[in-house]
Amino acid sequence: MALTETPMQAEKAKTIFEKSKAGRRAAALPDVEVPEKPLAELIPENLLRAEAPRLPEIAEPEIVRHYNRLSRRNFDLDTGFYPLGSCTMKHNPRLNERVAALPGHARLHPAQDPRRAQGALELMWLLQESLSEICGLPHVSLQPSAGSHGELAGLLLTRAYHADRGEQRTKVLAPDTSHGTNPASVTMAGYEVVKVATNERGGVEMDDLRAKLAENEGEVACLMLTNPNTLGVFDENIAEIASLIHEAGGTLYYDGANLNAVMGHSRPGDMGFDIVHVNLHKSFSQPHGGGGPGAGPIAVSDRIEPYLPKPQVVRREGSNGHGPSFDLDFDRPKSIGRLRGFQGNFGVFVRSYAYILSLGGDGLSEASETAVLNANYLKARLAEGKSGERLPIAFDRHCMHEFVLSGKPMKRDLGLATLDLAKRLLDFGFHPPTVYFPLLVDEALMVEPTETETKESLDAFAEAVEKILTEAETNPDLAKNAPYTTPVRRLDEVRATRRPVVRQQLG
Amino acid sequence: MLEAIGVDSVDALFEQIPEPLRLGRPLALPDGLSEAEVYERLSVLAERNADAEDQVCFVGAGMYDHYVPAIVDAITSRSEFLTPYTPYQPEISQGGLQVMFEFQTAMSELTGLPVSNAGLYEGPSSVASAGYLAMAATKRKRFVVSRGVHPHSRETLRTYSVGYGAEVVEVGLEGGLTDAAALADAVDGETAAVFLQSPNFLGAVEDVEALGAAAKEHGALLIVACDPMTLGILKPPGECGADIALGEGQPLGNRLDFGGPSFGFFCATEAQIRRMPGRIAGETEDVDGRRGFVLALQTREQHIRREKATNNICTAQALNALGAMVHLAWLGRQGFRELGELLVQRTAYARERLAAVDGVELLHEAPVAREFAVRLEAPVEKVLDRVAERGIAAGYPLAREYPEFEDGLLVAITERRTKAQIDELAQALEAAINAERGSFRTDDVQKEPQVGGAA
Repeated sequence: MALTETPMQAEKAKTIFEKSKAGRRAAALPDVEVPEKPLAELIPENLLRAEAPRLPEIAEPEIVRHYNRLSRRNFDLDTGFYPLGSCTMKHNPRLNERVAALPGHARLHPAQDPRRAQGALELMWLLQESLSEICGLPHVSLQPSAGSHGELAGLLLTRAYHADRGEQRTKVLAPDTSHGTNPASVTMAGYEVVKVATNERGGVEMDDLRAKLAENEGEVACLMLTNPNTLGVFDENIAEIASLIHEAGGTLYYDGANLNAVMGHSRPGDMGFDIVHVNLHKSFSQPHGGGGPGAGPIAVSDRIEPYLPKPQVVRREGSNGHGPSFDLDFDRPKSIGRLRGFQGNFGVFVRSYAYILSLGGDGLSEASETAVLNANYLKARLAEGKSGERLPIAFDRHCMHEFVLSGKPMKRDLGLATLDLAKRLLDFGFHPPTVYFPLLVDEALMVEPTETETKESLDAFAEAVEKILTEAETNPDLAKNAPYTTPVRRLDEVRATRRPVVRQQLG
Repeated sequence: MLEAIGVDSVDALFEQIPEPLRLGRPLALPDGLSEAEVYERLSVLAERNADAEDQVCFVGAGMYDHYVPAIVDAITSRSEFLTPYTPYQPEISQGGLQVMFEFQTAMSELTGLPVSNAGLYEGPSSVASAGYLAMAATKRKRFVVSRGVHPHSRETLRTYSVGYGAEVVEVGLEGGLTDAAALADAVDGETAAVFLQSPNFLGAVEDVEALGAAAKEHGALLIVACDPMTLGILKPPGECGADIALGEGQPLGNRLDFGGPSFGFFCATEAQIRRMPGRIAGETEDVDGRRGFVLALQTREQHIRREKATNNICTAQALNALGAMVHLAWLGRQGFRELGELLVQRTAYARERLAAVDGVELLHEAPVAREFAVRLEAPVEKVLDRVAERGIAAGYPLAREYPEFEDGLLVAITERRTKAQIDELAQALEAAINAERGSFRTDDVQKEPQVGGAA
């Protein structure tokens, strides 16, 4: 391959601080308007800053150019296929941005008296009701800021539930296929993780589960599970798992990262889960923003409800001919307390509620159907030809909304690691699947196409994989040195950890 | 597609769900709506909120009605920033990663500490994450927290502490400021961290350096929450001995949004870099020697370290941090300082103006930067209702979280609050307090005319 430098590669990355020139500026501020006093008369000198922080000095046109140029150095969902497993990269409807920006939402102060924020509280209540119906659990708190925050909330709820019954439990079970946040949350909540093995169908290994429950009798606080799990398969034993955990006195936690597979088809509450977190930035179309913001509301069963974070949004029936009103309930003596400031990521709630209104019950159910159809179709396409041979499916059965391939034969036969395939896909204009996760599959590739992709996109992706595997038969170095066309090529990540440079030195 | 899969219907794909667990009915949610209808429905809800366009907003308490420049919206709404995931593939995420690097540089510069992460969820949970870090750094489990720290932060720290098994001890206020003697008494060799906030929740600028001495003496970390908008004027926490400086990022480039999404910033000394929560972008080179950026120090994080991770967080609020970076670049070195001065001057004016109102007195006389507390000689909630009728949200009632300041009101200033609005607030408060003082008599008269007595 000709190694001609692209124009974008030739443009050396310069930070906005390096573009700064003393005396330039963008902002014009209002006049002070009031009679001014010397600063040191208002605040003691020893508490004042000696020199202004060295922020960039740059005019507005150059700021716009700088960030527009940077934006072109990003790949994004609006540009192309983004089959990142477990991330649900579905289209982000622009209507949601428009309604979130309405002044009644965007400029509403979070400490506004509930009587003057009735629309916002009603919206939150309606979203709670919708999520309750989708999850099959009666109570919802919108407070957690992300999935990981929801997990921590769920574990603290579990702790409060047991403490209220005079029990002190120390262990939390999680399958070896679980998301990394699960064990990290377990540690933060003061529990110890006990791993549970996976069976040959990709579900929880029941004998191991029984063994772990027996070994840790009276100690197990919770089992955290994703269903469908990170292998993209539905655990058929879930009802039995639920009764084993409940008999052992534990709670069952549902990591809702994969809820997009089952909306309107199966509900975590009906499966026996006590606590569910929902990633509004996955199933409910909040844009990912390059790594946030999101929101991770939780839905819980009756027995967990008393411990929910506060405040809780409540609806009060009207009297004397008045309609219902909405309020923040702080009077929750058994609550675990706050998980964050104010009421949660309201802007995300607006977008997700707009999404639910747009699709309706049937639409959500159809979204899951199409997500599952798309995943199975792409899985079938990749089971053909060279990809079928070099990238076999890790667990050969129908998948739900995502599936996991193993690059082990590709590595053995062609010398290509999963990472090489991923990097070569970049040259073909695709975001690669999630790689090297879950950990129990060798050279794993986790593919989640979502419902908002066309058959043509799925075909094009399958063809690109086929092409890469074909070229690798004669020239494996092509993939091993990829990518070639991206703004930068492979980066030295080891150096960034060994000798981290995490800020610019300013002159 | 079904033929390629080898099934007759999509339903067949759902047969892996055991029959009793299939819902078997439509979701009990309304039918889907057209775009126009959804817009209408949500506009109606939005209309039922009194936002900062309906009411002149003097409410702060951690989130402020600053002007977000148009350039912020223009850049943060670009697809290339709005719709990607976390930059796991750095070759195609250089834009986002460089923004993180610039943001880290800016926050580090503002706080005077050498290391910044790329952002956390928001303010109060960042405080709780700092507690988790302090436990790991000191192997101790006791936190000493000033009551000047935002009540939501203190409460969140308590919630988290129940999980990771730490004890939280509070130290009271004296004249609006952290009680220095009580703080010194509370800190001991078992203390993992001392938490301060400056300006504190009552708006008072704390002498962080002096208060922090107790932490230094006992080997506890000094954790300082701050308001980024004041850091052009106030001595940065890093120069006051802070090990960690953090806070709510909303004032920088983020709208109120009824409380979120925004971001938390988190800066620390070099010594804490490998214990930091959250994403950190780092500079490196590609195979051809080009400058580039990657996620650095990922070995701290949950997706690599699982149960041994320094935190469970896996978001950076990247879009919100971008808004902050653009806002900071737009303000620039001069503008940022000028804005800080403007806040201090208008706040001083407003404080003086309100204190001159009959029925209003200062709750404390400590120095303030952009927010201050007063006491009202009439029931605060009633006064707020009356002032609201004149289209003003007068402030934050302190009674919500400080029973000791039942008559307290916290008033916040931004560059949007003009002198005329401040004067109008003073008049409105005066009228409302007078009316409340009078209403007692009026009510008596109306309720029981036969008695005929006015008190």
